[in-house]
Amino acid sequence: MQRDNQHRNAFTRRALLIGAGQLAVFTAIGARLYNLQVSQHGKYALMAKQNAISERLTAPRRGLITDRFGATLAGNQQHWRALFMQALAPDPQAVLDNFTKLVPLSVAERVRITADLADRPGYIPVMLKDYLDWPDMAAIEVNTPNLPGVIVEVGTSRIYPLGPGLAHAVGYVARPNQAEVQAQPVLALPGMRIGRTGVEAAQDLLLRGSPGSVQTETNVHGQVVRNVAENPGTPGQTVTLALDAGLQSLAVQSLTKQAGAAVVLDTQTGEILAMASSPSFDPALFDKGVPTEIWDQWMANPAHPLENKATAGLFAPGSTFKPTAALAAMKKGALTADTILFCPGFLKLGDHIFWCDNHVAHGHITVTTALQVSCDVFFYQVALMTGIDDLAAMAHKLGIGTDLQLDIPGGAPGLVPTHRWARAQGIVWEPGSTVVQGIGQGYTQVTPLALATMIARIASGVAIGPHITRRIAGALQSGSLPGAWPALDIDDRHLAVVRQGLFEVVNTPAGTGYGARLTLPNVQMAGKTGTAQVRDDTGAEKGVNFNDETIPWVDRPNALFVAYAPVAAPRYAVAVVVEHGNWGSESAAPIAHDLITYALLHDPAGRDAPLPPQPTPLAAPA
Amino acid sequence: MSLQPIAARRFLLRERGLGLAPKFLAMNWLFVLCVGLLAGVGYTALYSAAGGSPTPYANSQIFRFFGALLLMFAIAMVDIRVIAKFSWVAYALGILLLLVVMKFGHTGLGAKRWITVGGMEIQPSELMKLFLILALASYLHRASYERVANLLFLLPAVLIILLPVGLILKEPNLGTAIITALLGSTLLLGAGVRWWKFAILLALIAIAAPLIYHHLHAYQRARIITFLNPGSDPLGAGYNIIQSKIALGSGGFFGQGYLHGTQNQLNFLPEKQTDFVFTIIAEEFGFLGSVAVLALLASIIAIAFYIATTCTHQFGRLVALGIGTNFFLYCFVNLSMVMGLIPVGGVPLPLISYGGSALTAVMLGFGVLMSVHVHRDVTFASGDD
Repeated sequence: MQRDNQHRNAFTRRALLIGAGQLAVFTAIGARLYNLQVSQHGKYALMAKQNAISERLTAPRRGLITDRFGATLAGNQQHWRALFMQALAPDPQAVLDNFTKLVPLSVAERVRITADLADRPGYIPVMLKDYLDWPDMAAIEVNTPNLPGVIVEVGTSRIYPLGPGLAHAVGYVARPNQAEVQAQPVLALPGMRIGRTGVEAAQDLLLRGSPGSVQTETNVHGQVVRNVAENPGTPGQTVTLALDAGLQSLAVQSLTKQAGAAVVLDTQTGEILAMASSPSFDPALFDKGVPTEIWDQWMANPAHPLENKATAGLFAPGSTFKPTAALAAMKKGALTADTILFCPGFLKLGDHIFWCDNHVAHGHITVTTALQVSCDVFFYQVALMTGIDDLAAMAHKLGIGTDLQLDIPGGAPGLVPTHRWARAQGIVWEPGSTVVQGIGQGYTQVTPLALATMIARIASGVAIGPHITRRIAGALQSGSLPGAWPALDIDDRHLAVVRQGLFEVVNTPAGTGYGARLTLPNVQMAGKTGTAQVRDDTGAEKGVNFNDETIPWVDRPNALFVAYAPVAAPRYAVAVVVEHGNWGSESAAPIAHDLITYALLHDPAGRDAPLPPQPTPLAAPA
Repeated sequence: MSLQPIAARRFLLRERGLGLAPKFLAMNWLFVLCVGLLAGVGYTALYSAAGGSPTPYANSQIFRFFGALLLMFAIAMVDIRVIAKFSWVAYALGILLLLVVMKFGHTGLGAKRWITVGGMEIQPSELMKLFLILALASYLHRASYERVANLLFLLPAVLIILLPVGLILKEPNLGTAIITALLGSTLLLGAGVRWWKFAILLALIAIAAPLIYHHLHAYQRARIITFLNPGSDPLGAGYNIIQSKIALGSGGFFGQGYLHGTQNQLNFLPEKQTDFVFTIIAEEFGFLGSVAVLALLASIIAIAFYIATTCTHQFGRLVALGIGTNFFLYCFVNLSMVMGLIPVGGVPLPLISYGGSALTAVMLGFGVLMSVHVHRDVTFASGDD
């Protein structure tokens, strides 16, 4: 019994020692736990967060472009697209292979994706396929286990409700190119677009906004479990244009099946209320990438659909230049309202004969009548009296042949020749060259926008600058405020003389624009026709029958018309150029008439809100 | 022999034991409570491991637990002397099973560890540990304190340990082999083997270690290397350790909240329902929850030691010591592994991890432990006494 006790005591001693050892081990484990869970909690919590949360940047919503009343001119449409976060895929190539089985990718697409995968940082997902249709989207969703890192998300594409109607003024967006991505890495985000032309290009940075981010919780396979936090970024600003969608649509409609351009300006502010260029193109095609065959069509079209003829199309102004010539001569003191010049139907200079229109002799006429009947011989003499340098100075003052600082890119300044210019060009200037300057032929080249500016300035006496942007993020741009522009430095009496002539052009039966007179009560339009030859700059051919169908289209003269209304208190100025449209009074003046009539009826410049519905329907957008 | 009625009753108690109902009540109910609480912790953790669902883990595990609990109660009723009598049979059966697993066992994770018996997968090495405890206790039970000092007496005891250890090592299952060897050593220590002998043993192991390392399997070496430098290959072998530590560390003091552990819910934890189940508790219930579970586990061991020291016979003492130590080793290896303190080895956290084999083995052991407790006062003379 005693031995048993000894045995038992020995065991108890040892058991207690072993137990104490085990307790010590448990204490050590507890201490280690304290170290991991409490002392180092911050470090591991961060690691857990990084484990589970992955962040990627998302493209911001591009800002809207609206007309002055808020109608969308450029908006965004949602569609599905598949993105790939390679950081979440253990084997990106295998994922790509699996994806191709579901959604066929072309060789070119695969090459692009491989290149993108190679040089994009991990936080920027790579676009696998844009514009997914529903079956593709569903197939990807069902197969997510085989596609770690593949994310189907809603993307946006740019839409233009007016389609080709505003392709030039509003412009278009396209995918940024490699150089642009290198310069601005944010453009690598799928869905990022860069404005290429028009307002889209001019206000690109504002429209673009700044990217947001999505924090997604991913499981160990890289599949997105849920979105933890979403920062939408800053959507692009809304850019409100001065354009009136209704007037614009009418301008586009008027030019259908013709080549040319039409511009409507607010004579008080220079706001561009409509700016159409025909033929046009579908700007939305650039968002996805223009199919080669369509691109080839555009390139082959002699009427150059991609060119904005309103701002970059260069035309001889023809007789629409005569008011400028008259003002230049009056400023020089060579001409007054009462000066009478003789038109025998031609002007002989040396041994060259410059004909008047249709070889008609206008007799002894004043400048007002000369404008009314568009006498060439009168203005041949005016040009000779004034000289090209003074003609050019006046033209520049009126916005012709000078940079108009338009707020969209791609405009051409045009040209009004000066002696200095001629010398620089190595041209020997002869008096005959001066003669045709008086009737807007020769070297003079203007854009429809410049013509509209010219007539708007003459109408208002204000040196307005044409511009298309009215508000940015709601803030009215300074140029759109009434009284924002300085007065024209031109004698009011001279302007009155010219305005009288322009009034008579439209409102007297002898006027060349009589056919385009307004039919509205108590309101008149003033204007000037122009018919500019494209083949023979000398004017020697004047008088041939332009309607002769045997003349090839491209050799027919351009038809021009500039006008403003109401005569009593000018608000709307319009310039219309119909390429190879023959007589300005025939093809251009009716368009101007329609646009002015619409503008007077709807008064877009006088309002900041859309009109309530009314019996006269607005022209429906295309 | 003519005995007084009271003495006769004591005799009956000692020689025949109690009736079933008193035996049942004589169990250590604090211990049963702790076991039940741990099973509850297991259910909670497994529910979370399935992303907040009773299937596929929690329900089937708690089902197994109740089965094993009944087994435990049944064994607790068996006289400890009967158990001692069958300890050699059990040992022989264990060795046989290890041989069977070597020959017919199916491979998992590069090792033959499992056999299927009647549709149930069992891991013989788990059972072997219990059988070793019984056999060793049975052998040492016969020895007096003096005889334990005798080297000739000790030699068979060492062989009893080394036979299963060698077989388990051959599977190969290094972790269980080491645990089994440690378990046997602890029993020898409890039986009174002198300390200096263990010192010599440790020295021998230190010398043999490089040799053993040379004979290790590639995956075993990888584990050791990974343990030494877990950051070297974060998505390879070191991934488990790193993710496990992240889970523990991100739990903080109060935890991320039940079912809100990101590491767990997003499947960053490998084998989270089995070996790494503790990370779920630690991540979602924080340091507070972890320590509570540690305390429960420690209570189990403490009660086993209490049972060992209050037992009147050497067999019971050694068996209780062995079972307590076995449970301790499970906890120690699993928790150290989870915390990145020792190389990863397929050792579950008993009563909490998902899986039937370890649970059954542990609960069998607890049944024997309860039997020791119930039969602590029975007359069970040792050979020399």
